[in-house]
Amino acid sequence: MGDVAISIQDVSKHFRLYHERGTSLKERLVKVRTSRYDELWALSQVSLDIEEGQTIGILGHNGSGKSTLLKCICGVLQPTSGQIVVQGTLAGLLELGAGFQPELSGRDNVFLNGSMLGLSRTEIENVFDDIIKFSELEQFIDNQVKFYSSGMYVRLGFAIAVNVDPDILVIDEVLAVGDERFQRKCMDKIREFQEKNKTIVFVTQSAEQVRQICDSTLVLKNGHSIAFGEPGHAIRTFRETLLEGPDGVGGTVIDDADPNAERVIEFEPDSHEQPIQILDVVLSYPDDASNAYLKSGDPLSVRVAYQAENDIDDVIFSLTIVEPKGETLLSTSTEQMGLHFDVKTGKGAMEFAFQSWPLLDGLYKGSVGIQSRKGGVMYDWKEDVVNIEVLYDGKSGGLLNLPISGSFTTGNLNERGQ
Amino acid sequence: MATDASASSSPASALGENVQAEARVKKTRVVSARMSIPQRLKNIWTNRELLRNLISTEIKVKYKGSALGLLWSMVSPAMTLIIYYVVFGVILKNSIPHFVIYLFSGLLLWNFFNLGVQSATGIIVARSGIVKKVAFPREILVLSCIGTAGVFLFFQSLVLIIFMVVLGVAPDWQLLPLWFLTLFIVALLASALGIALSAINVYMRDMAHLIEVILAAWFWACPIVYSFWTQLHARFHHAWESWLYFANPMAPLVLTSQRVIYNAPYVHLTSAGNKGEQILPPWRATTYISWNVELLVVSSLLLWIALVIFGRLEGNFAEEL
Ligand SMILES: Nc1ncnc2c1ncn2[C@@H]1O[C@H](COP(=O)(O)OP(=O)(O)OP(=O)(O)O)[C@@H](O)[C@H]1O
Ligand SMILES: [Mg+2]
Repeated sequence: MGDVAISIQDVSKHFRLYHERGTSLKERLVKVRTSRYDELWALSQVSLDIEEGQTIGILGHNGSGKSTLLKCICGVLQPTSGQIVVQGTLAGLLELGAGFQPELSGRDNVFLNGSMLGLSRTEIENVFDDIIKFSELEQFIDNQVKFYSSGMYVRLGFAIAVNVDPDILVIDEVLAVGDERFQRKCMDKIREFQEKNKTIVFVTQSAEQVRQICDSTLVLKNGHSIAFGEPGHAIRTFRETLLEGPDGVGGTVIDDADPNAERVIEFEPDSHEQPIQILDVVLSYPDDASNAYLKSGDPLSVRVAYQAENDIDDVIFSLTIVEPKGETLLSTSTEQMGLHFDVKTGKGAMEFAFQSWPLLDGLYKGSVGIQSRKGGVMYDWKEDVVNIEVLYDGKSGGLLNLPISGSFTTGNLNERGQ
Repeated sequence: MATDASASSSPASALGENVQAEARVKKTRVVSARMSIPQRLKNIWTNRELLRNLISTEIKVKYKGSALGLLWSMVSPAMTLIIYYVVFGVILKNSIPHFVIYLFSGLLLWNFFNLGVQSATGIIVARSGIVKKVAFPREILVLSCIGTAGVFLFFQSLVLIIFMVVLGVAPDWQLLPLWFLTLFIVALLASALGIALSAINVYMRDMAHLIEVILAAWFWACPIVYSFWTQLHARFHHAWESWLYFANPMAPLVLTSQRVIYNAPYVHLTSAGNKGEQILPPWRATTYISWNVELLVVSSLLLWIALVIFGRLEGNFAEEL
């Protein structure tokens, strides 16, 4: 393919996180040996070549070093070791309102910001109208930017960055504060950039966005590059790291090599005695050996195994499923499903079966509980123990994987109608 | 931090000139922990538009919303001038004729240096917002302080010209170009000091206070409100005293400014029986010129050292701020 636009060569970035930091002369001299700090490698030996014309998405959980990498690419931070070679002009949108002087008007800031991106006055004058038009801030352009809203900052910042016609565009997560219409406009602009064979590097939390517009995706985890390549694959890896996250699950995920792998979440019996307790929760779904994900559209079953100390009449098992943003998708129970049963002493299981899982990819969480129908005693409740990792191979975005097909006709449609 | 590597343009130029028109020559930038001084200077030069904008921003912001605008920038130097004039010229009755011009010709230079160094020292910390988020040669921020001080110097010079016309004092026209060289050297010195101190100030925040105190003392080490020749030179008995005095580069620079602007190496006092007294050193013009050439070299060297220091410290700016 083309030339390498950004070559990241073995880049590491080291930070010292001071517990308390003196910045005065005296403290520096007196406490020079006593100030305590933690070492942190925000980036460890990241190597990566970004070809000209590619769009790269960077995924990673909070604190994984995404912004640090972008700052190194832009040159705001210098790598502790390694180097980055950038071919061509670069415009970066790293943080909200970066580089704006709040006391100045929007107009003056356009010139200030433009010159920070390395443009001369006439060059800025040439694109000034485009910038204003794109940002839709005609009314406010002579106001001091300190009176701008967050969205207005981003509008102006993005408008400047894209209109100065850089070879490389670097965007951190700032676009999220723009309103929906502006975000769509930005996406259109990004597509336009792609058509012009410009290189784009952007950070996002949205796997959907990555799938839609990226050629390749980089996944960072604790400063290490753990995946780089085709978005679907990278997103899968990203999801895996999310699962491994320290505060992810309440149980342990046992990932056996069984091709018909079931995900088992086991619990230690609670210390306080309950007549019935949840032993484990097992997710099962068809699984090809290559990945451990539920494919959108495949069936899924959630089996809740229990242990009862004595016979209990009228037990209700409940299941709640929450989508990634926290909205409840489904809250159901055996009672609502019209199932009534009594529990005998010993072990047993209740299985919830979905014929097909119609949602697009994301991490869906579920909680299960056991309670009595009479008196509403909650015997056991496991919050967020079910992690349903859904993988969607298609390109569509949104929430639901509605069965859909298309047919295309050309020619005079009226004739057919008559 | 942006480096223009000349190597990058060679493949493009190898294609021949006719091809160059369609393929825009891509700049190559290397982000790494080390960068050579010539590269840094080149980066500063390519960003001169930003420097200009920062200076005009500074001035706009400073005097936005004040009816008298830039006039305010003259209030403080005017006040200093008046106070020194009253104290030394009227109350202590020193024997320097046209004392206002004498005073002003040195004070002008000092105000430039003082304002430049003081505002530059704090600038990286003050503009941490930009430093943390936007990439550009950070030295530009320091230079914008010196530039802003330069703008004020320009306005003060206008006032000085008015004074000179009113009092009928003419500068030494032949040496006038030397005065501009002197200003340039002061700018170099202030830049060197500002660049080094602004970087150190990021790590030791009270540098800004310290430099304020140092500058206050430094002022008296320069022959601005007193005459070096009549009041000090006679008291120097050892060579090292004189050597020490002139270790301060601002001293000869102030003397040069006085020599050119005040332009009166010999002053004949009006009181009867007194023969001519020297207010300014009776050096020949070549002495002043060689002083300035020497200082040009020294201050360029200092600037170089300052850039090295800045380069070493700059890597951690974004995280220290
Ligand atoms: N100036 C700094 N000084 C010290 N540590 C820093 C500094 N900047 C970032 N870090 C550390 O580096 C790590 C990576 O931070 P970074 O901002 O790159 O994360 P991120 O992937 O962008 O996260 P987010 O998704 O929250 O934006 C974090 O642990 C953070 O604490
Ligand atoms: Mg970030």
